[in-house]
Amino acid sequence: MGIEDEITCKEIVELVTDYLESAMSEPDRARFDRHLSTCRGCVIYLEQMRETIRLTGTLTEDSLSLVAKSNLMSAFHDWKREATSST
Amino acid sequence: MSSEDQRVITALRSGDEDAFAVLVERYSGQLQRLAYVYVKDRHVAEEVVQETWIGLLQSIHRFEGRSSLKTWLFRILLNVARSRARKESRTIPFSSLFDASKDAGEPSVDADRFQPASARWPDHWATPPSQWHQNPELQAVSSETRAHVKAAIDTLPDNQREVITLRDIDGLTSLEVCNLLTISDTNQRVLLHRARGKVRKALETYVGEAR
Repeated sequence: MGIEDEITCKEIVELVTDYLESAMSEPDRARFDRHLSTCRGCVIYLEQMRETIRLTGTLTEDSLSLVAKSNLMSAFHDWKREATSST
Repeated sequence: MSSEDQRVITALRSGDEDAFAVLVERYSGQLQRLAYVYVKDRHVAEEVVQETWIGLLQSIHRFEGRSSLKTWLFRILLNVARSRARKESRTIPFSSLFDASKDAGEPSVDADRFQPASARWPDHWATPPSQWHQNPELQAVSSETRAHVKAAIDTLPDNQREVITLRDIDGLTSLEVCNLLTISDTNQRVLLHRARGKVRKALETYVGEAR
């Protein structure tokens, strides 16, 4: 396997999402893995990407206010009343 | 229709308040974040979510289960949020108009981080990334770290924000996102790639400054 077959680091960084999403052909995935086995920089890059995804996943604090929730429950009662009166 | 969806729909149609409350509790956070992508205001986003739930109730008798209840709910939200955004004359992200094959985009990593063509290993790292393990802010997911991630996402183009919000915050699958936004798998992946790349870059800057 000559150097011509190898992926460069510059290419790796644009392929990480395909890699993480398992959207790569088997041969491409094998080339990717082969690159990782000899390139510490790209291993770290992949780790950073996983870390980025993990951190993004922590932004879940938004939720409806209690007022909005209670408004919704009243709306539910209104809806139920209308639904039963119209049938 | 899945048996779970079937159960919930039957409960809602029969006016089961607890079933509605459970559903509201489960999905309102996700709906709220998606609404925010379009209307960019917390209060308006909250109104959009409320309108969505009412829309769901009003059309519950028409639900035939061709999609999952979740996809259906998110579609109602998209319609409400997009029309609300239009009313407030904001630009609306239409990811379906995005064609990954025609968009070269900017690189995930600045070109000068790689060795030049004249070097011994062209396009291999010149300035490789460094490990983040040692950064306590990141490890503990401090509020400052979260603020940086949020700020990075807020500056993304709308169609990228849409996809990263649904995938990486709300945890929808790629298939769910493609169905919901009616975009191809490739487009979805390219938008996600660009979005994640910019968030990573912002974090790298943040970690670098903290060092």
